[in-house]
Amino acid sequence: MNKLENLKHKLSEKFKIQNFKFSHAFGDDVLEVPKEDAPQVLMHLKNIGEFDFLMDVCGADYPTREKRFDVVYHLFSSKDNTRLRIKAQVGDGESIGTAIPAYRGADWFEREAYDMYGIIFEGHPNLRRILTHHQFVGHPLRKDYDSDHRQACTASLPIHFNNEPGSPGDVLNDNYIPLNIGPAHTAMHGTLRVMAEMDGETIVRCNNEIGYLHRCFEKMAETHPYNQVIPYTDRLNYCSAPMNNIGYCKAVERLLGVEIPAKAQAMRVILAELSRIIDHTISIGTGAMDLGALTSFFFMFGLREQVYGLFEKLCGARLTVSMTRVGGMAQDAPDGWYDEVLALCKEIRRGTDEMASMVVDNKIFIQRTRGVCPVSAQDAIQWGYTGPMLRGCGVNLDLRKSNPYYGYDSLDFDVPVGTSGDIYDRYLVRFEEMRQSVRIIEQVCKNVPGGDYTIRDKGIVLPEKKDVYGNIEGLMNHFMLIIKGLRPPAGEVYDATEAANGELGFYLVSDGSANPYRLKVRPPCFAIYQSYPTVVKGAMLADAIATIASMNLIAGELDR
Amino acid sequence: MHNNEVRDSSVPTQSSHAGATGTQAANDLSRDFAFTSKLDHIVAWGRKNSLWPMPYGTACCGIEFMSVMGPKYDLARFGAEVARFSPRQADLLVVAGTITEKMAPVITRIYQQMLEPKYVIAMGACASSGGFYRAYHVLQGVDKVIPVDVYIPGCPPTPEAVMDGIMVLQRMIATNQPRPWKTNWKSPYEQA
Repeated sequence: MNKLENLKHKLSEKFKIQNFKFSHAFGDDVLEVPKEDAPQVLMHLKNIGEFDFLMDVCGADYPTREKRFDVVYHLFSSKDNTRLRIKAQVGDGESIGTAIPAYRGADWFEREAYDMYGIIFEGHPNLRRILTHHQFVGHPLRKDYDSDHRQACTASLPIHFNNEPGSPGDVLNDNYIPLNIGPAHTAMHGTLRVMAEMDGETIVRCNNEIGYLHRCFEKMAETHPYNQVIPYTDRLNYCSAPMNNIGYCKAVERLLGVEIPAKAQAMRVILAELSRIIDHTISIGTGAMDLGALTSFFFMFGLREQVYGLFEKLCGARLTVSMTRVGGMAQDAPDGWYDEVLALCKEIRRGTDEMASMVVDNKIFIQRTRGVCPVSAQDAIQWGYTGPMLRGCGVNLDLRKSNPYYGYDSLDFDVPVGTSGDIYDRYLVRFEEMRQSVRIIEQVCKNVPGGDYTIRDKGIVLPEKKDVYGNIEGLMNHFMLIIKGLRPPAGEVYDATEAANGELGFYLVSDGSANPYRLKVRPPCFAIYQSYPTVVKGAMLADAIATIASMNLIAGELDR
Repeated sequence: MHNNEVRDSSVPTQSSHAGATGTQAANDLSRDFAFTSKLDHIVAWGRKNSLWPMPYGTACCGIEFMSVMGPKYDLARFGAEVARFSPRQADLLVVAGTITEKMAPVITRIYQQMLEPKYVIAMGACASSGGFYRAYHVLQGVDKVIPVDVYIPGCPPTPEAVMDGIMVLQRMIATNQPRPWKTNWKSPYEQA
């Protein structure tokens, strides 16, 4: 509460705070402001150095209310690692000022809120649809939009750019060659589309379009019970699926107010770090492949297959494991599993070193990546970068250190930080993170706590199968929980974990029913990718390809 | 391991003369160096063993398809290791992942750009039917816009399942199985 009082004092110097509402719920500081004040409050908080990161902007719909929409801003301060949620109410057809002047990174988040809810952000230069296609009518996350109502798209949008002062986005310059890359292009990893205006090999103007893998995760979450959302979270960042499970379950558990047992925490840490390693193998492998080094991809995939083997032993699935449940894990690890993890750690360490010597010590790779498309630390913070991309720019921010969870504070590991923010540093950071993850896994595996792998709260966790089939209490418990569903108290929470790409946040609103009322994912690469046109402006085309690979864009979490 | 499936009628059969005498062979020298088959069969035999896939990996299945191409499962054993990312160089479109409404016109165009003969595999639940995304922006199966020859179930399918799907397709090619879904196909985006 201290922080909130302090904030109240600082805001009262500039604003009439009798209209503001300060509150503290489920461990989050919340500030409700009238919509007219929201942009200025954000600007003020940034200018006085209170909150340097705008992590997320999203909408929420309450159709029964007089002003039906909430615009929700999530701020983070890297100074004291605190968070603040700012909410402003907006009516249907009303507008709210854009937050772009205060935080550059609000750009795409506001476009998304416009696309999903129809909230108008005044002063936003490119308030166009971002996830749904351009022929889409209506706003799908509104509560009165049927989740199953599909609208066909008959054509792709022609090449277009962002509006900038003096250069409207849909007018092409005849002096330059328009170039379309993707979405069906090798370097675009399936679902990204980049449009550029080229002067020879140099990019004069660039734009990126996303949404080709918009699978309506958030609408699906609103129409499914809490535990059934877990498989959907797997498919956000499918390169490191367990981390999404963990992030989501952690948010629900915080809303429920339960603490998971030490053994479940240890298992989650092992799963998360293994996922971080295999995510980086894909990122590095495909990144090097985009630069023409095919060997690294096959080599890295060999490592990845071995980790798949461990996942398979643990739960039967290779890629999308869905291994966590609200309250703990789905089952215990089989006998000897931890020893196998330890044995694999040696392999990974050897493989990482070998790979690093082939990639980041390679002269061609160095020449292709060093000093290419650098991003400064200030810009990175402005855009809302997190994870290896941010640390590559020299900002030492890792949620495992700054806001530790699951006992990360008692583990011994280092956070690698780059110096120049170029592509080369990003890969250096990723390689070092793989080594540090191995260290973490080894420490945890050597001291796995005993006890249960899940809490045993009858209103949250399903009974074990032997009880369901063995006695009437178990059967009744199972029946009741399936029919009635797990019901967290009404309230809202924002919870973030350090995923492979950066801060993976879940903003969860519960109205006390069996389905989440609103679940917003804050995907790390969404914030990163919006900076792409700016980062590659003036670069060579081949460097733009190297940049897109180094950003490690996973369409599943980018488009959701 | 799938001897029964591989040894089918399309494999050219060598007309062997193991028991023939030397004079007979000399009289009919050409038969020792030649085998007889139907032209269709030998063409199909070549086709099925040199599929050039175009991996259209949009989502999670794309990562599993990488596994199939990768060192452990190695699709090269089926003669299909030459992944092409240009539709004009590929004859097998592997739709690996969810196809959204926004993507549908793109994949239709990709399909139209492929040269004949061409085949399509829908890998995974999403490409087959939309999977568990019964949602406002997800195409409920890629067969809504392009003709699909083989559907591979799974979310995502294991690499073994993908290989099984490839082998099913190989059998279809070998037997020249009629494909009415393809011959009757019209692009949904072209006005009749």
